[in-house]
Amino acid sequence: MVKRIIIREEYCIGCRLCEVHCITKHSKTKDIIKTYKGHEPKPVSGIYFEELGHISFAIQCRHCEDAQCIEACLTGAMYRNENTKAVLHNKEKCIGCWMCVMVCPLGVIKIDKENKKVASKCDLCIEEGFPACVENCPNEAIILVNEKGERIEK
Amino acid sequence: MKKENELRNKKRYIIIGNSASGVSCIEGIRENDKEGEILVFSDEDYFNYSRPLISYYLAGKLKEDQLNFKDEKFYEKNNVKLFLKTRCEKIDLKDKILFTTYGKFNFDYIFIGTGGKPIIPDIKGIEKIKNGLFTFTKLNDAKKLERYIEDKKVKEVVILGGGLIGLKCAEGLISKNIFVKIVELSDRIFANTFDNIASEIVENKLKENNCEIIKGNTIEKVNTKDGDLKEVILKDGKKIKANVLVIAIGVVPNTEIIEGINIKKNKGIIVDEYMKTNIPFIYAGGDVAESIEFDGNISVIAIWPRATKQGKIAGINMSGGSKKYEGIFIMNSIEFFGIPTISFGITNPKDEKRCEILKKIDYEKKIYKKIVINENKIVGGIFLGDIERAGILNGLIKNRIDVSSFKNLLLDEKFGLLILPETYRKHIVKGEGIEV
Repeated sequence: MVKRIIIREEYCIGCRLCEVHCITKHSKTKDIIKTYKGHEPKPVSGIYFEELGHISFAIQCRHCEDAQCIEACLTGAMYRNENTKAVLHNKEKCIGCWMCVMVCPLGVIKIDKENKKVASKCDLCIEEGFPACVENCPNEAIILVNEKGERIEK
Repeated sequence: MKKENELRNKKRYIIIGNSASGVSCIEGIRENDKEGEILVFSDEDYFNYSRPLISYYLAGKLKEDQLNFKDEKFYEKNNVKLFLKTRCEKIDLKDKILFTTYGKFNFDYIFIGTGGKPIIPDIKGIEKIKNGLFTFTKLNDAKKLERYIEDKKVKEVVILGGGLIGLKCAEGLISKNIFVKIVELSDRIFANTFDNIASEIVENKLKENNCEIIKGNTIEKVNTKDGDLKEVILKDGKKIKANVLVIAIGVVPNTEIIEGINIKKNKGIIVDEYMKTNIPFIYAGGDVAESIEFDGNISVIAIWPRATKQGKIAGINMSGGSKKYEGIFIMNSIEFFGIPTISFGITNPKDEKRCEILKKIDYEKKIYKKIVINENKIVGGIFLGDIERAGILNGLIKNRIDVSSFKNLLLDEKFGLLILPETYRKHIVKGEGIEV
């Protein structure tokens, strides 16, 4: 089942709750307070939040059909999940050659310079079934749709 | 065998070369044809490895079993017969037979993905070197170099060529505490891709790391004793004691397989936008192929993303699909001693007056950004030190976006998707087939 996150920038109120919940969902404890105030290093959000004047929006990997990052990856770390068609990233294989960063026209791949790894990339919350950012967006600025473009609600 | 194939109505695809383009060709074929036979030939002895990773292997950052970009299951799952250590010698175009060191094979289609081979310059005495001469493009090259350095306890290495291969080899050697001298003909390193400033920043970093760079010079002669390299003599007469010389002045398309047969080539094998050669059942792609690129010229751009794109497109078209290659411009992402760099297109325009150049430098933080604009469109750029959103620039070049309305923000901290024209932003954000 192919799902996509749609961005409706007109509705974004710039609250950044998508980021907070993305980070929490990808943390060990999955608890918002422990994630933000705990001792473990906080994960990097898979979302790029941008704000310019009165416009703001949050963007995550588009899981492109013609994914440039997969083509460019030197190690095979970037790959497509055959069932969900999501573009995923294997940290074990990643060596930080930044070929993916070079070719992504959205510039949404974040880097971890210290550890020479892609730091974070949206995984559509594949294990949990429903993206945390969509679930927690208070104004439906990001919504989830199926292959036909029909909205999926949790 | 051919008859049997015809009876079963099953196609036989042969792929020569098992690197980026060959492997992507398998994926392309399997998009359309799940039944056809795929035979892959490689003259190397590895089921799969990524050539750009050999410098990581040399540096000890990756072990041999970490170099693969596809796992063994990939070949199994795609039902591929892999012939390793098998050299392809000749293609009989009339009877459609491929001759190899393992015997002959009928085929319906061939994909040639034989890549590039290192250029060996005409240096006096080079033919006399039996021990101490190396190239650096394949895993066996890296292994031989590593073994030689260990066995002979080599402390110093001379590298001819300060381009991508030479520099990555230097980095690998330096991390093994070897003293490296790079001899580069141009007045700066990485001259094809970088401008003066970017070259200088990387040169300084190399020097800090015990590497000597000899510019505007080349090796004219080598002296040997009983086949062992002893000394290299430069164009200006300077002599350097050396037991190891690595040749890294570039690669040329490895077109040996088409010698003497009617397949058109220039520098590389000439292909159309479907990756087809002048023979309808022979395709080629990657570093061996010459194709029409983004700038409209027919050329060979030896980079990984081009090889994977072309291999896949060839595979799709060989198996009955119809997909066109759109061309690419040169781009590189390379990290030198912890300084990440990404460069695109024309970074050093010949006619500077006609171009508009935006620059931002912070020497202390080793951050440098440059964007080259021609007729309101970005034609090239360099991101050094801070590369995270460099891909946006790639998209602007590729889509030939007029940047005149927001060029003042291109090097601003606010650089991101929101500075882009709304129509373009929505176009790239929505993904295929989905309305925003």
